[in-house]
Amino acid sequence: MAIVVIPALLRKFTMGQERVDARGRNVGEIIDDLDRQFPGFRPHLVEGGDLKRSIAVSIDGELGTAGLLDKVADASEVHFLPALGGGKDCG
Amino acid sequence: MAEATSNRKFRVIGTRPIRHDGVDKVTGRAKYGADYSFPGMLHGKVLRSPHAHAVIKSIKVDKALKLPGVKAIITADDLPEAPNKMQQAGEMAINPSHLSRNILARGKVLYDGHAIAAVAATSPHIAEEALKLIEVDYEVLPPVMTVEAAMKPGAPILIPDLRNNEEGDKQTNVAQHMQFKRGDLDKGFKAADYVVEREFKTAMVHQGYIEPHNAVAIYNNDGQATIYCSTQGAFDVRSLSAQVVGVEPGKIKVVPAEIGGGFGGKTTVYLEPLALALSKKTGKPVKLVMTRSEVLRASGPTSGSTIKIKMGCTKDGKITAAQVWMAYEAGGFPGSPVVAGAMCILAPYDFENLLIDAYDVVVNRPKTAAYRAPGATNAAMASETVLDELAEKCGIDPLDMRIKNGVKEGSAHPAGPPYKRIGYIQTCEAIKNSPHYKSKLEGPNRGRGVATGFWFNAGMQSSATVNIHADGSASVVTGSPDIGGSRVSMAMITAEVLGLEVTDVRPLTADTDSIGHTDVTGGSRVTFATGMAVYEAAQDAVRQLRERAAKLWERKVEDVEMKDGKLTAKGNGVPPMSVKEIASKLGRTGGPITGRASVNARGVGAAFAATCVDVEVDPETFKVQILRCTVAQDAGKAIHPSYVEGQMQGGTAQGIGWALNEEYIYDDKGILRNSGLLDYRMPTCLDLPMIETIIVEEPNPGHPLGVRGVGEVSIVPPPAAVANAIYRAIGVRMTELPMSPPRLLKASLKRGGAADAHSAAAD
Amino acid sequence: MKKVLVEANINGETVEFLCEARQSLLETLRDVLNLTGSKEGCLTGDCGACSVMVDGRVVCSCLMLGAEAAGKNITTVEGLATGNQLHPLQQKFLENAALQCGICTPGFLVAAKALIDKNPNPSEEEVRYALAGNLCRCTGYDKIVRAVIEAAKAVKSGAAESRAGAR
Repeated sequence: MAIVVIPALLRKFTMGQERVDARGRNVGEIIDDLDRQFPGFRPHLVEGGDLKRSIAVSIDGELGTAGLLDKVADASEVHFLPALGGGKDCG
Repeated sequence: MAEATSNRKFRVIGTRPIRHDGVDKVTGRAKYGADYSFPGMLHGKVLRSPHAHAVIKSIKVDKALKLPGVKAIITADDLPEAPNKMQQAGEMAINPSHLSRNILARGKVLYDGHAIAAVAATSPHIAEEALKLIEVDYEVLPPVMTVEAAMKPGAPILIPDLRNNEEGDKQTNVAQHMQFKRGDLDKGFKAADYVVEREFKTAMVHQGYIEPHNAVAIYNNDGQATIYCSTQGAFDVRSLSAQVVGVEPGKIKVVPAEIGGGFGGKTTVYLEPLALALSKKTGKPVKLVMTRSEVLRASGPTSGSTIKIKMGCTKDGKITAAQVWMAYEAGGFPGSPVVAGAMCILAPYDFENLLIDAYDVVVNRPKTAAYRAPGATNAAMASETVLDELAEKCGIDPLDMRIKNGVKEGSAHPAGPPYKRIGYIQTCEAIKNSPHYKSKLEGPNRGRGVATGFWFNAGMQSSATVNIHADGSASVVTGSPDIGGSRVSMAMITAEVLGLEVTDVRPLTADTDSIGHTDVTGGSRVTFATGMAVYEAAQDAVRQLRERAAKLWERKVEDVEMKDGKLTAKGNGVPPMSVKEIASKLGRTGGPITGRASVNARGVGAAFAATCVDVEVDPETFKVQILRCTVAQDAGKAIHPSYVEGQMQGGTAQGIGWALNEEYIYDDKGILRNSGLLDYRMPTCLDLPMIETIIVEEPNPGHPLGVRGVGEVSIVPPPAAVANAIYRAIGVRMTELPMSPPRLLKASLKRGGAADAHSAAAD
Repeated sequence: MKKVLVEANINGETVEFLCEARQSLLETLRDVLNLTGSKEGCLTGDCGACSVMVDGRVVCSCLMLGAEAAGKNITTVEGLATGNQLHPLQQKFLENAALQCGICTPGFLVAAKALIDKNPNPSEEEVRYALAGNLCRCTGYDKIVRAVIEAAKAVKSGAAESRAGAR
């Protein structure tokens, strides 16, 4: 069971909960599980079958590079963050 | 990936060889973008808006076209319509409509200097004269110059179809609201013995690279194009120029010239699409170079900002809560670094209860671009001065305050995820134990200030190839333009792995045809990510070399290793062989050897810096002189210490300029009044002392050599450090940047300090 | 626009060239004579990237006309080395890592040469004062100042050596 930390502006979908349990072997499955628990959640993170480019995922402190395919372990801590990097964020 | 330890002994890494491109640069032979010329080349110039905010009613170019020597003129009508939604362009996510409209205005101009048309002519002087003959009919609109003015209800709207993530279909100047929240803010403030709340305003500043933007484009009859330009990212120039002009990226080759400074400002495009479009229209090479005035008016500075911060701590100095409201100027189009700033402002502190609201706001100023740790310096000015105030209230040494609250491995980052191995505390301790900090500062109007800073550093994608030549020398090819001496580090890493001398390795920055995709030189990522690719490419070459040695020695590959820079057979019987010795045998053992690697780099190490600065404030003119300055930074592992020191010193100097004098001065019509280097006042040689550097090495376990990016973070602490020093010098807490003489005078008069001094003098 | 015929001594060679009356010396050096070592940074004489020596004096070549070079001795960065031998300033810049992007380096080298030609033993303050007209955005000036002081010493000891009849 992974722990997912919900971005502040999306906590309105999780009844204000900051940390939520979710099941899944990769980021995509975690998001599917979140959507099952909190219907309407997925479109905020997923677009066109891929993780939104404005969203980054940190799994146990390491930024993912494979979008929805990044693996998530049993007791992983998953954070969804704004994606930085590219044009405006690389000085 | 090898475990990086600080105990590893290196032969080449950590030494200070002369850079391979050095001789060309000290003799004037090195070719920067503006140094390129081609037969039949035309020169381009850009017509720019004289208004901060206006509707373009019509553009008439027929008079200009008639001027002898003028070959073509383009406006937004020559570019394809671009969709107004976030899209992929190569590896970047951009809004094509905003990008295109920034390159050439369509329908509206949004800042003084906004490009409207471009002319290609047989000489730059004729092109300039043609600009005067282009007739533009404007309907001038009221300019919106500050985040406060832009966010006010009823403010003039800059982009009619701009919507944000919260206000549905309402027209707005707020492009985005982001929030970070953790714990219980009320509980946190209730637990505080001291609370400080302040509002900060920081002015818009420019990266200030000495080399203006440039581009030469050659669009051939077969539809293949080449662009020469000074850029931090050739692959992004390719994607973005293709997007704007409507050409397939695969038909464009971008050749990165030597680059005269970037600091983030050359990670996007301004002239490249114009040169490409003009070359397409004329069938000739076209060269465009910005003047300094154009650089300041129309390339991307970084945001001015308003930051309100409230921080509470217990009487023994533990932070219990912090709340931030921050709004950054995006310029004419969305995309300020406010989100990055929001993720940095509380990043060095280990505490629970926080709330950060961040706003990206469009205003009638140039579209902002990245500037060294984008967003973080504005943020640290607020957090690191408020923390200094709290330390004073608690009676705690300011560095001890940081150490007490400092993040370590496993601490949570404000945006959530835990830090891996980092060196924040060690960096603070390095300053605390420095000769500078231990020395006494005596004399009136003198004060010492410290501050710290955080930056993420980027990973992203890089490719590298290492070619072993028959004479035993090697070339290492990457796609990372060298802004600060990184190519010598690439050669050093290659030499280390292959057991070669660094002078036997030639580093090269390749064009977009000759190397795999490589992301920008920026984000403090070259030595980290491209270095990682180089390391792996060299190891790939070693793998192949081991196979050849195994063949020659009739041994199994597993029995051959690279040891102390030589190919060695396990057990006895065969003398070790250097790469030089085996190189002549490559043809006989299977052919040439090329090691290759591509990475989407993981294992990024976060960057921390701490700066200590002594100032003296002239009691009459309020000029601030920097007496002494020391910066400590965690580099993980310094591949070439001189260039790591260089990054630390350069960032510090920019931070000092940001602190004391640099700002964009607009008049009430929204026209930039200081678009030159006399009045956009950057530090000169005379304004700075020697900058002492302390390289802390807390190896990054995510990198084979322990490297942490170093390029950016040193710019983050200086404004706060200088502000804290000024407080101790003249008793005034500054909440505005820059802390120029007029502002210091005003603040001092408000406080009554200068009034006392003046009345004393009158007696 | 009719061009002007100009004869000048550039880096020790007599050179004849044609330039438009409106072309600055900087533009003339770069676009007419292909001496692209001098750089354009601001065109208003504020950054020093275009520094050249005119009859031994440091001048911003963006503030002078190409035609005004007539009869003058011009030294650009391309004229500092002697054949394959780098000038001590160039060598010390490399050893001290006194350049990062390198765009300001030609201007600094010329200004520094003008300084040590006149003042063979400059203090740190004298170096900073003499180079205050050259902007660098990359280095914070620390390594540049060190390089110039070291180079001055090297020039001095080199001159002493040849005076002592080392040849």
